Amino acid sequence: MAEHMTEDQGGTRPTAADEARIPTVIADDLHIVYRVYGTGAGKGSATAALNRIVRRRPSVGVREVHAVKGVSFTAYRGESIGLIGSNGSGKSTLLKAVAGLLPAERGKVYTHGQPSLLGVNAALMNDLTGEKNVLLGGLAMGMSREQVRARYDDIVDFSGINEKGDFISLPMRTYSSGMAARLRFSIAAAKDHDVLLIDEALATGDRAFQKRSEARIRELREEAGSVFLVSHNNNSIRDTCDRVLWLERGVLRMDGPTDEVLAAYEEFTHA
Amino acid sequence: MPQTLAPPAPEPAAVRPSGSGTAPDAELSALAERHGLTVSGARPSLAEYTRQLWHRRHFITSFATARLTAMYTTAKLGQLWQVITPLLNAGVYYLIFGVLIGTRKGVPDYIPYLVTGVFVFTFLQNSVMAGTRAISGNLGLVRALHFPRACLPISFCLAQLQQLLYSMGVLMVILLAFGQLPTWSWLLVVPALALQFVFNTGLAMVMARLGARTPDLAQLMPFIMRTWMYASGVMFSISVILKGKHLPQIVVVLLNGNPAAVYIDLMRFALIDSFTRHQLPPHVWAFAAGWALLAGVVGYVYFWKAEERYGRG
Repeated sequence: MAEHMTEDQGGTRPTAADEARIPTVIADDLHIVYRVYGTGAGKGSATAALNRIVRRRPSVGVREVHAVKGVSFTAYRGESIGLIGSNGSGKSTLLKAVAGLLPAERGKVYTHGQPSLLGVNAALMNDLTGEKNVLLGGLAMGMSREQVRARYDDIVDFSGINEKGDFISLPMRTYSSGMAARLRFSIAAAKDHDVLLIDEALATGDRAFQKRSEARIRELREEAGSVFLVSHNNNSIRDTCDRVLWLERGVLRMDGPTDEVLAAYEEFTHA
Repeated sequence: MPQTLAPPAPEPAAVRPSGSGTAPDAELSALAERHGLTVSGARPSLAEYTRQLWHRRHFITSFATARLTAMYTTAKLGQLWQVITPLLNAGVYYLIFGVLIGTRKGVPDYIPYLVTGVFVFTFLQNSVMAGTRAISGNLGLVRALHFPRACLPISFCLAQLQQLLYSMGVLMVILLAFGQLPTWSWLLVVPALALQFVFNTGLAMVMARLGARTPDLAQLMPFIMRTWMYASGVMFSISVILKGKHLPQIVVVLLNGNPAAVYIDLMRFALIDSFTRHQLPPHVWAFAAGWALLAGVVGYVYFWKAEERYGRG
């Protein structure tokens, strides 16, 4: 293993072995800062607010959250990378930055193609029928109308929504939370991705559906160039990933083979 | 373990405690360049952006229809509200301006005159309002999925256009009820609407960018729009009001060149027989096309300029 030297080792020239590996995602000293409005800090009076606007000074009510602080890594084609760390350590934020959905404050993320988050919830509307949501969700993810039509039956079958009657023609607000989650997953998983980003909470639906979705994720992974998985479940990381990035308070604490990083992480969390 | 991926082992030498604030690495950007990687979330060129937008045209139309459908699904009368809402609006204005205040004096065919004005202005007003909230009200979508953000304001304006088409159906019935028979001039509705749609969308895109930065605008806009409405001759005839008054030339030009007034007058000219060519301000089609072009181009470019910043904060 150790002969795969990279530039991290201080070598300025990339080795031949390094050249053969195709990078899919490169994060270069990435910083992400969230601005949160209306935290109620400072004076909330109208005159104070007006004063701030007139003087063009940033509102005191705005708090900056430095969620990712200078993370650098290179992901290669064929890698499955787990992201671990305690709650609020910046895992999901990092994922969104890789997807190009959160602008970087400093530093850059380079990607091959357009990485996409597995998830389509935000585009779906509860008042529409499942049928219309399949079309809307597919289009929102960038599929063409023909592609959605071609996969429509697969999506519905996979979700199992119609197993207990014709539910797909009912508005989604009438679904149980489990059914809705199944349909959402089925729509999201219908598209092929170059770089696939998965943010935990895959464990939706009943036991049988969980099995099916795990199998589908494995399929997607085989088709995708690289996969990033955020999870708090160390077992699913161990099953899925061959490399792990460990984030703590927005800082990349460790980056290496799954076993080593997980061992260190488990020691850290039990300490 | 189901893990059977054969490809290269993970960076083994990289087990390293990473301190914060490593400097940007020239090596990494060189590696990215060598393999043709692009900066994630960077703003595409205007031509590329337009191409992406065209690729998403079905999403834009489906999203517009979906929103309209979803809006009324819980109402008992359902989609009928798309027709009832504009009718009720026109009824209220008729009661106040036509009957109580009496601005109908000097305006022949007052009801069609008023209803046309209300519908056309509502189209503008709702497009601008929807535009203001297009990004700030859909942050979940913006933060979860990748698509040209201009899809949102365009889609919302398209939904408003769809809504207006229902209203136009109602308007035609009202016109027939008041004895206006269809004439060839009714066809002028099509170019007038097309130009107004471009104008509205351009303005909505400007408002979308401003509203994304300052969500407070959504609270302020109703007042601005109402002021604009009263200055646009929606429920009274500007020429009747101005008659016999000596206003500075600049005010007259402003009142006549006002895009809202221009589009309303064009629609009245197209539909109402008693609204003749002489009531139109000079060069009205040039104004209509000019406003559409100006708002469309400026709005589109202005919106695109901040593409990579939507969804932040």
